[in-house]
Parts: sequence; structure tokens; C-alpha cells
Amino acid sequence: MKRPLLFGILLLLLLNFRASGQIDSTLLRRTPKDTTKLLLNMDAVYNRPFLSVGKVPVAVGGYVEANWQHLGTDGVSEGHQFQMRRLTLFIASTISRRIKFLSEIEFEDGTKEINIEFASVDFEFHPLLNLRGGVIMNPIGAFNQNHDGPKWEFIDRPVSATQMLPATWSNVGFGLYGKLYKKDWVYAYEVYLTNGFDDQIISNTQNKTFLPATKLNTDRFEESFNGEPLITAKVALRNKRIGELGLSYMGGVYNKFQEDGLIIDKKRRVDTWAVDFTSTVPATNTYIRAEWAFVHVDIPDSYSQQYGKRQVGGYMDVVQPIRRGSLLGFEKSVINAAVRIEYVDWNKGTFIETGGNIREDFFSVVPGISWRPTSQTVVRLNYRYNWQVDILGNPASKTAGFQFGFSSYF
Amino acid sequence: MNTRIFSRLTLFAFLTLAAACSEFEPAARESDTLLDGPVEGLSEAENQHFLKGDAAFNTDVFTSANGLGPLFVATSCGSCHAGDGKGHPFTTLTRFGQSDERGNLFLTMGGPQLQHRAIPGYTPESIPSGAPYSKFTPPANTGLGFLDAVADEEILSWADPDDLDGDGISGVANWIRLKGYVTPREGSVEKDEKYIGRFGKKGATYDLLQQTVTAYNQDIGITTTYEPYDTYSGLETDPEIPNQRVNDVVFYLKTLKAPIARGEKDELVSGAQIFSTTGCAKCHRPEMKTGNSSINALAHKVFAPYSDLLLHDMGPGLDDGYTEGSAKTYEWRTPPLWGLGLSKNSQGGKYFLLHDGRAGSIEEAILLHGGEAAQVKDRYVSLSADDKTKLIQFLENL
Repeated sequence: MKRPLLFGILLLLLLNFRASGQIDSTLLRRTPKDTTKLLLNMDAVYNRPFLSVGKVPVAVGGYVEANWQHLGTDGVSEGHQFQMRRLTLFIASTISRRIKFLSEIEFEDGTKEINIEFASVDFEFHPLLNLRGGVIMNPIGAFNQNHDGPKWEFIDRPVSATQMLPATWSNVGFGLYGKLYKKDWVYAYEVYLTNGFDDQIISNTQNKTFLPATKLNTDRFEESFNGEPLITAKVALRNKRIGELGLSYMGGVYNKFQEDGLIIDKKRRVDTWAVDFTSTVPATNTYIRAEWAFVHVDIPDSYSQQYGKRQVGGYMDVVQPIRRGSLLGFEKSVINAAVRIEYVDWNKGTFIETGGNIREDFFSVVPGISWRPTSQTVVRLNYRYNWQVDILGNPASKTAGFQFGFSSYF
Repeated sequence: MNTRIFSRLTLFAFLTLAAACSEFEPAARESDTLLDGPVEGLSEAENQHFLKGDAAFNTDVFTSANGLGPLFVATSCGSCHAGDGKGHPFTTLTRFGQSDERGNLFLTMGGPQLQHRAIPGYTPESIPSGAPYSKFTPPANTGLGFLDAVADEEILSWADPDDLDGDGISGVANWIRLKGYVTPREGSVEKDEKYIGRFGKKGATYDLLQQTVTAYNQDIGITTTYEPYDTYSGLETDPEIPNQRVNDVVFYLKTLKAPIARGEKDELVSGAQIFSTTGCAKCHRPEMKTGNSSINALAHKVFAPYSDLLLHDMGPGLDDGYTEGSAKTYEWRTPPLWGLGLSKNSQGGKYFLLHDGRAGSIEEAILLHGGEAAQVKDRYVSLSADDKTKLIQFLENL
């Protein structure tokens, strides 16, 4: 039922574009980004370059990203790979002055995955009290809500955000959010109740605790796996000169503990915490973005230690503009040098049998260079080097290679 | 920057990158440092079969959705045999219930193997009161096809049950009854409807098919048409993996290459001489020959496993009171020593040697030898420090 609906929406969009093609293109209007306020990561969903037609209260947009890569692992390479990672479409509508709607539909790897990542109606009662309902992106960490490809200098998304935390992670639910501005400061909160995880997080083909495994459950937009809500809450503050700091939590019961009124297991929780920081060093215009997260899962002692009870990981991106100005006819282009360092310990603990450390960890360094011919488009060249250690701590498997691609809003 | 120059430089950089990208990728490890990989000389079709087995062995992960448990020890084949090498105590198996030739008296109480893990909501097994037991660290998988292809007569030619040659070493075969699904090899030797077991710590497993389906069933809780009984309920269930998957894994295990010896030739020769003169080589035989095999790459090949596939009395120190087949509780099948030095690369950087991983070094493993091997151990103890070092280096490079 979902695919025909999505194709229907796409068809409507295409018809809309076709109709637009018959009118004076000067009527197409870019919705300018709001630069008057201090924006936070939580504003990312609406802080996108939308395109509207005349006075029609509907704006559309999206982004696309594709790349080439040649990676090798311990001397074995799959050769040249060309990848269409994402085509994402946004539709936003101002229903009334204080009621608005936005949806984000994503096609990943061609049509391998088609997801409604966001489809919510926002009611503004007061700047400090907004109601959001529908398919929301749980505000855990910064990346989940601020994941658009053109905003990043790296072709791969951060492993800690997408594989330890499950970005992009959307669920059906409701919640409140609000912001308070005071001079150079903005304070914000978000709190949502949504459907949550399921027991695939500790029973999956990754053979490790893997929160994104729940995304395989396509029924989660229709029914909760266990009837227990997932709570996601975030507080963030931003100073105009310093940057943004966010603290977030997401947790709930993940397993099915009763069925048909019969108790089949005890309630088991998954709890995640994240801290994120974003800043620009004024003197050098160096942009820094970092996120660190913790996962704790209640797993029975009698289950396999292959599935970790605790995980920890994060990443830090440093982006340094090295040239601004006209290049190849693009008047305001920017060339950046960038580096990402990321780490994930998938299984933090010690073996019952030996007392030795359980490893299963990942470390990578990704230097890169990016060219932004416009603020909406990025062309990226990355060199990735990963070290992956297995659960026992045997010699690391090394993966490295070049990636080249682009990502652009449209 | 001049646009034309920039464009040309960029184009040149990308062409260079595309042509030379492999140079910036991690190099393959030396083949003599790896235990995985196929035996040389497989046909293209056999290579394809090997890859299917490789995927089933190293990539398949079992969950409650595809048959795991509900009682189990490990969630995949690769969990126990990282890089096809020796396993870690994390996945050590516990066998219980048999102390003599009367067989396993605890089969109705969960024997012969303890499944000490369970999916959530289930209670794992514990060792029944009074049951004898022993712990078995997972062995390396490499070169198993060569061992499988050795003729029974060759193994029996090394047996000396009554120690007729008076050297104190009296290897014996473990005569076992075959499972219904096992077909004896061509030319197999039969004695009182029993056949020679050659795999497992006690030599109680006949071939790699039995080894594979038993491991699926007892280690992971996966039923097959060969072993259709669920380890939790004891009831016969539908097979949870197809026979083709089993066959693929058996083929993979048969065609994994033998470990490649490393080190300087002079050191190896010197160490090999000490290995021989101390008497180690009497059980850890340095040379074997395969017989016929349906896989050409394995037929009539000379190889160096450093084993005789026979049982030997290892003394009271290694007598756990548990046994399998016709072996005595103090008897253990001579484990192949090939790839010994690479064990650390699959055991998390440390040695866990002997049947249960109790030895933390090669020397400790030697010193724990007793029974028939006591005099050999004594000879090792009396070696000079230099000769001990040469011997250990030799063993590390096998």
C-alpha cells in the first residue's frame, strides 16, 4: 500500500514540475533561508532551500547525492563502484500562519529503500509551545535531524550516528518543542513520544547490538512492537559567538514482554544518550561539528556476549575553508579542507570467561577536500581509512580508498 | 588561479587517482600469515563452491528468526573460528555425560553438549549433578580436507596399542559407530561395525559432514535433515537450513588451505631436528599423504599436519573424567600443530592452547604433557635454553 502512495505523490510532483515548466520561470521563487535568528540543529528540517510557485502555499525541494568509490579491504577490492545514494524530496506547506506541514521522502540506493523520513504537522501555540505530530525524526544527537547530504563534506555518513545510533531514525508519534531567545542566546527543548525499537536490535544478522536493525520492521509506522512508547528528549542551547551544545536522550522498552495477555519475558530497556556540539572558530572560520553517544541495552546474561550491553562512539568533523571566490565561473565558490575522525566501540565490556576486554570496535580517519560552487551544492573528494577489530581483538581489518561525488539541493 | 590551468590540473589529478587508486588501499596480508583461503589447484567451479561455503560459514548469522537456539553456544560458525583459526574461551564448548565405553548416560539430560546460552525468555542448560565434563576450545579449520583424505590404513600403520616398539608411545584409533547419515569412505577399515574417528579432541567424529551438522545442531541449535532433533525440546523439527547449505560448508572446510610454514629455512631445519630428537614427532608426525579424493587438489598429496590422528594417554593432569567414543578419559587425539603460531591471531592476541585453552603459551602446553608424552616432556625440560628457543620458534612458524 505504501509504494503506490509514494509513486502517486511522485507523479503529482512531476505533474507539478511539468505545469511549472509552462509558466514564466521568474515566478519560481526560492524561499530564502531564515538568517535573522539563531538556528539550531532542530531547525534543520525547515531550514532548507525550498522552491515555491507564485503564491501557492506549497513549497518543494530536495537533494540528490551520487558518488564513485574504489575501496579495498586487506588487499581485496570490489573495484570501481558508482552509487546513487539518495534522492530526497521535500514538500512543505503553510496551512495557516501557525500551522505548517513538511514531509521528506527518501529513495536510497536507487529504489532499494523508500522511506518517509518526516511527515509532520506543526501547530504553533507559542514560541515555547509547539505541537508536532506525524512521522517525526527523533532528536537524538544532532545528525538525525540535520542529515541532508549537501550540508556535509563527507560522502559517508558518520558510522556512530547511522549504525550505532540509528539515523536516519523516524517514528510515528507526537511531541512538543519550543525555543526561547535571549540576546545572543537561544534555549530550546524537544520531547516526543513515539513508537520504538524491537528485539531485532539484539537479534540481527550484524551479529552485534545494532539499533538500526529495527528499521527493517516496516510495521513500526502502523503499530508499536510492544505497546510501550519511546521517549526522546533534547535540550539545546546556542550562543551566537560560541556555538551550539545539545544533550539528548532516547529510551524505552524494546522487547515483546507479553502477548495475548501472557508474560513471555521481562521488560527490557534500551537507553541512549548523546551530546553534540557545533561551532565556528571566528578567527579562522574553522567549522567544528562533533557528536558523542552512549547506548545501554538490557540484555540477559544468558544471551550471547556477541551482543553488547553497552556501546559508545562518536565523530568529529573539522572543516576549514581554504579558498573563497570565483572558480570556473562560479562567483561565490568555496574550497574546503576537511577531516573526520570517528570511533565506535560496539561492545564495551569484558568476557565472562577470561575477564579480558571485549573489542568489536571501529576507528576511521577521513581527510577530504570539497568544493562548493554554490551554497547548495558540494563536490567532495574523500580518502577513507578504517580499522575494524573483531570481538576478540584479533588483528584489525583495514579498509581504505578514495570516494568522489556530489550532493546538491535542487 | 587561471581557470584553464585549474581544469587541466583537476583532470590530471582525477585520471591519476582513477588509475592508481589501488595503490592507496591496504595491501593483502602475506598468505603465510593467514589461515583462510582455498587450497591451490581448485577448478573454477570448485572456487565458486568454495565461495558459497565461505559465505555460509563466515557470513551467515543465526537469530531467533532464522533458527538460532533457543539454546545455543554461538550465533554463527565464524563466532567460534575467527579467520578459520583456533577459538577463544568465549565460545568454548562444554561436553558432559560420558566417562567410559558404556556411552553417554546423560543424553536425556541435555548431553552430550552444554548449551549454556539461550534466547531471551528461555533458561539455558546447566551441567547435571554428577555428570563428568570437559571443555573444548574450538580448533582451527585449516587443512581439514587433507586430514579427511588420509586413508585408514595409513592412520592404522602408526598405531601401536601394545607399544611393540618399546618407545613408550602407543597410539590407538578411536573406533566409533557411524551416524546413520554418514557414508564410510572408500576403503574404510571396519572393526565390529565401528570405524575410525579422526576429528574432534577425542577423535570421535568420522568426517566433516558429521562435524558440520553436529556443530550446527549442538553449537547453534540449527536442525538439518541429518540432525533433525531440536536441542531444547528434543522433538524432531523441520530442517532450519537446506542440505545444500550443509554441503557448501562441508566443501568449504574440505578445501581450506593448509597453513603455510614461515621463518628462515635454517631455523626451521634446526628446530625440526630438535623436534624430532626429543620425540615430539612420534605423535606429532610431520608428514602425511592423502589417498583418493573427489577433489583433485586434495588427492595424493604430501602434507605436514604434525599429528597422527590417533589417541594417546596424556596422563592424569589432562584427564577431565569425560570422554567420547572408545577413548579413555585420559586419551586425547594428537592435535595438528600446523598454524600453531597463528593461533594468537584468532584468539585475540593470546594463546589458549590444549583442549580447553588452559595453556597460555607453547611452552606451558609442552609442560602440561604427561602420560605417554612424559618422557618427551622431560627431554624438552633438559634442553638448553638455546635449543628450547629454537624449538619454540620452529613451532611458532609451522
